[in-house]
Amino acid sequence: MYGGGYIHDDQKKKTDITAEDPALLAEFEARIARGEKIEPRDWMPAEYRRQLIRMIEQHAHSEIIGALPEGTWITRAPGFRRKLALMAKVQDEVGHAQLLYSAAETLGKSREDMINDLINGKSKYSNVFNYPSKTWADVAVIGFLIDAAAIVNQVANSKGSYGPYCRALERICYEESFHLKQGHSIFVYLATGTPTQRAMVQDALNRWWQPIMHFFGPSDKMSQHTETLMRWKVKMASNDDMRQQFLNMYVPKIREVGIVIPDPNLRKNPETNMWEFTEPDWNEFYEVIKGNGPCNAERLAVRRAAEDNGAWVRAALRKADQHYVTPLA
Amino acid sequence: MKIKSLDPRVSRLELDAVDKQPDAVLKPEEHWETYQVFHQRKRGEKHSSVGIVHAPSAEMALVFAKEQYGRRGETVNMWIVNTRDVLAMDYDDYDVFATTPDKMYRDPAGYKVNDKIAEFKKSNLHV
Ligand SMILES: [Fe+2]
Ligand SMILES: [Fe+2]
Repeated sequence: MYGGGYIHDDQKKKTDITAEDPALLAEFEARIARGEKIEPRDWMPAEYRRQLIRMIEQHAHSEIIGALPEGTWITRAPGFRRKLALMAKVQDEVGHAQLLYSAAETLGKSREDMINDLINGKSKYSNVFNYPSKTWADVAVIGFLIDAAAIVNQVANSKGSYGPYCRALERICYEESFHLKQGHSIFVYLATGTPTQRAMVQDALNRWWQPIMHFFGPSDKMSQHTETLMRWKVKMASNDDMRQQFLNMYVPKIREVGIVIPDPNLRKNPETNMWEFTEPDWNEFYEVIKGNGPCNAERLAVRRAAEDNGAWVRAALRKADQHYVTPLA
Repeated sequence: MKIKSLDPRVSRLELDAVDKQPDAVLKPEEHWETYQVFHQRKRGEKHSSVGIVHAPSAEMALVFAKEQYGRRGETVNMWIVNTRDVLAMDYDDYDVFATTPDKMYRDPAGYKVNDKIAEFKKSNLHV
């Protein structure tokens, strides 16, 4: 999981690019245009640094919060093999958070500050994790389709301009392919199983389809322009392009096992070669971002309790002469 | 009102919503220092830098690194180095190496004598 296409941005915090040294800015942009990576201690515009911290941090939070809706099913997984797979997957997601926090740290925000912002409710993370996972079939839909959506986004971002983020994403994408495979496996087993199992996976998809359509964020027509972020290779693909790519790859895989996508208007227009669909409810999307989704309060409270419960262990292990320095890469 | 979850284990914790609690503050450095991790896949291959872990000591860093960087695929060995102990060059200083690729006198490809030999063989100096 799960850097969604949508990254929350507080426009008030935007910094002015025209205040940057024009020679350094030109050199920086030329480097990116040549396809070279930017590394941690390079000169970079303040706005590039701010946008990257925001994006990588939200991605990290999404990984660590994303472990919760699935983690809850580990003890109830049907059978030992599924339990092992789910434990491995959830561990990967927490590992992804650590890799991403490390990448964001190289830009100058400490891990403690990022986690403080998360557990005080100041940071955002991917909206999909504010929905409940009601049955085992939700684990199938999350592992298969939300991880698939995340892969579309993460593969695009791994070609971005910031070296540490790209390196973290390469490692992450490799593990995500296992997540998708195990999710697809559960999905297929349920969809080709008994009528009760089929009904279960259909019900899960019905509930998750809208959050999945929300995942890449509002249509490009609705969002503020992102030319600078595209030129700086911070944002690598438009929300609409990623959503189209996802539908192209996964609608057939859902339909081939006889599961119905709960959108009567979903179809590929043969003339434009583009998917058409019912616009998901964007008011709900913004309400969930504001904190009013079904599980926002639970997710934050659980994450904060985990941090609180570990405090004495961290304190006991801390050495008096430790001294933090920013990681190199 | 306490958090009610579908998961009874969460409900039993009787957690308050975060906005009803005082700001939580992890103190600076509460997540310790960072260590750079070097991973060797197979005997005979080199160790390569794979990332960092946060840890309170080198020993704990190695424990975390085994989980973070060795949990799938092959691993035969790992090294841990405190980030503090790495002296890194500045990227801005790369220009000291800018002309290195041009130093053909250091390169086997910088030595081409076949033309000379062929010319010599054709000449009357060659008997
Ligand atoms: Fe994943
Ligand atoms: Fe992930």
